[in-house]
Amino acid sequence: MKLIILDHYSQASEWAAKYIRNRIIQFNPGPDQYFTLGLPTGLPRDHPESYHSFMWNNFFKHIDICPENTHILDGNAPDLQAECDAFEEKIKAAGGIELFVGGIGPDGHIAFNEPGSSLVSRTRVKTLAMDTILANARFFDGDLTKVPTMALTVGVGTLMDAREVMILITGAHKAFALYKAIEEGVSHMWTVSAFQQHPRTVFVCDEDATLELKVKTVKYFKGLMLVHNKLVDPLYSIKEKETENNQSPEKPYGD
Amino acid sequence: MFLIYKDLICSYVCGAALRPQLYSNLRSSVALWGCRLLRDSLDRTTLLQPWLSGAAGQCAGPARSWSRAVSNKVLGCDWTPVWTACVGPGPAGAGRGRPRRPCRPRGVPVTWAPLSRGPAGHVARLSQLRVTWLRPEPGGPQSAERAESGRAGFGCGAPGGARSVGLRWLTMRDAQGEGRAPVLQFTNCRILRGRALLREDLWVRGGRILDPEKLFFEERRMADEQRDCGGCILAPGFIDVQINGGFGVDFSQATEDVGSGVALVAQRILSHGVTSFCPTLVTSPPEVYHKVLPQIPVKSGGPHGAGVLGVHLEGPFISREKRGAHPEAHLRSFEANAFHDVLATYGPLDNVRIVTLAPELGRSHEVIQALTARGICVSLGHSVADLQAAEEAVQSGATFITHLFNAMLPFHHRDPGIVGLLTSDRLPPGRHIFYGMIADGTHTNPAALRIAHRAHPQGLVLVTDAVPALGLGNGRHTLGQQEVEVDGLTAYVAGTKTLSGSIAPMDVCVRHFLQATGCSVELALEAASLHPAQLLGLEKHKGTLDFGADADFVVLDDSLHVRATYISGELVWQAEEARQ
Repeated sequence: MKLIILDHYSQASEWAAKYIRNRIIQFNPGPDQYFTLGLPTGLPRDHPESYHSFMWNNFFKHIDICPENTHILDGNAPDLQAECDAFEEKIKAAGGIELFVGGIGPDGHIAFNEPGSSLVSRTRVKTLAMDTILANARFFDGDLTKVPTMALTVGVGTLMDAREVMILITGAHKAFALYKAIEEGVSHMWTVSAFQQHPRTVFVCDEDATLELKVKTVKYFKGLMLVHNKLVDPLYSIKEKETENNQSPEKPYGD
Repeated sequence: MFLIYKDLICSYVCGAALRPQLYSNLRSSVALWGCRLLRDSLDRTTLLQPWLSGAAGQCAGPARSWSRAVSNKVLGCDWTPVWTACVGPGPAGAGRGRPRRPCRPRGVPVTWAPLSRGPAGHVARLSQLRVTWLRPEPGGPQSAERAESGRAGFGCGAPGGARSVGLRWLTMRDAQGEGRAPVLQFTNCRILRGRALLREDLWVRGGRILDPEKLFFEERRMADEQRDCGGCILAPGFIDVQINGGFGVDFSQATEDVGSGVALVAQRILSHGVTSFCPTLVTSPPEVYHKVLPQIPVKSGGPHGAGVLGVHLEGPFISREKRGAHPEAHLRSFEANAFHDVLATYGPLDNVRIVTLAPELGRSHEVIQALTARGICVSLGHSVADLQAAEEAVQSGATFITHLFNAMLPFHHRDPGIVGLLTSDRLPPGRHIFYGMIADGTHTNPAALRIAHRAHPQGLVLVTDAVPALGLGNGRHTLGQQEVEVDGLTAYVAGTKTLSGSIAPMDVCVRHFLQATGCSVELALEAASLHPAQLLGLEKHKGTLDFGADADFVVLDDSLHVRATYISGELVWQAEEARQ
């Protein structure tokens, strides 16, 4: 596991963005497809809080991605389980997930896999915990009755099959979850702790999120920042790919 | 495996076509079963084609009920089946006893309207039948257009948004975008939407503003063409509701060819950013109205020029004291016969959009009500009415004030006159008054402009009230009976210091308004686009860049100079530097 600790939320975001950029370049995208893991909650697609709207406004509309290469779970599909199974199939057909980027909840859930979710689960329908509903109420004008109670989510098992996982954790309210994820054992009550058994994980967090960690842990990983920052050094641009001289032989740094 | 189904289904349908009574029970269930297999793969838009011999008339009945059964039971009740038939030489040995009729040329599709008995019997030597189920769209008529795939044979794309199942397997290449207008994406710009300048892209298709999120998720399509706007502002096209002429053309002159004069002005004001306008006629004798009005029809804009929204008739039912430059001899009143007098003066009112009158004239309420009932916007101007008369006029239906402060009683603290309508509390609930202002720096003192703007910013409509001297350049010009001297942005009667009307183009008015009031750029742009559209009740289509509105917009740089003008998504004018 690589724990990247930065001072502020904006720095953490920037580090994560640079890392993703480098990984994309290393991945050498061609006709390969990309995958977007959506977490809809049964809202109609054009609802301003639906995942489609969120992904469109915050991601898709700023980049030139082909619509065929985006796959978002449809919470309004007539047969939800079939929808989930089809999603798993599409992941497999695309060659598996190369890099999964996600966040965690204050209860340590990853991708709506609430506490108590099996650590080998696949994409399925999940009932949301009260904590999550409360956390999401702010998108629905604070009205708890308007927040959907069920979600389609990728399972922990699905995510463990990804070749690399990056988790972004910012804010003091996530500090306890980070502690449980890193310094305690693997537990289905803190589903993100499953990634302790994943070969390549990166946790990117800010100072506030480390408030519950041991000083020893924080100092250790901060000491490694010199090495970790090399991961976000700008690589050659894809446009200059043709010139062999520029090609950097850099391999992703392993644990 | 599918080949087996193919033949099975084919033979069923053919059999059903020939001997419907034998297969009537089985065919629908088999066909449904086949369709359920197909349903999951409909994403790949696979198409089956029947090769039917004989006339379509025999299979039309069962085929139609089959398609309806599919739509009702498999796809959903509100999916509409639409059959298309292509005629051409059928398979050898075709023809079963129907008389040969003259064929249509090969590949010309015939669309059968669903549930009709129409042309089925007239199509002979049918070679292919194809049914397309159309997803129910909120705009019903549009889905009918998409059924026209227009091509026969292999590889035809079903239009996106429809699910097509014929009766023989054919895997088609991905059919997205076929049969649809190209999608234009304007990038690297700021657009005026929702009262704010947003850093967003503008998407246009078929002359309308498109919702890119729907395009992305539902049609899974990207833009066909991207245009870089160089960081400019994209604002809705300006709408000028009061313009008497320009470039030497006078709309109120009864020539034989008024249309070409209007067209000339329409074309030249594109460079000022105006995409729609209301040609204005000043007080004239009835003969002039009868001659000129029919020659100025409502017209949409395009490369030929800005769109004509309707004529603005300023007078002759105005006050004698405040006639301004209008000829006294032709002033009239409607005390005798109210609306009939109006009709007698103007003639047919089909092309009329706005009428300016003085509310203190007798029986003005009947006239205002009659005009409003016809959808004509009534404006108060050239009047000596007091506030009460003006309020009553607004309660009868008036919604606009023609060039505020000019040609009306000045504001008085005990009797604000028409100017008091801006802050009146006696207006009908939910409605507010719009008022035109000529923001050229000459006709209204900037301080007065600021007072009006601060009192009622949402009702301010920028107008040019331009006279034929607009755009003629400095110097002396002869316009009709008058000699006019143009100096910069002011026009005087030659040899005097009397103002002869305003000649400031619309974009100059917008810039001056912005600078004089210190308001936000968004409000200045809205005063020239959204507010006139709201006045005329067109705010769904014009004056806005919301989804579904007409794609009439201007490209402005940061100092609000017009760089390019677009009407219906088409570039109709471009500044010189941009052309190089």
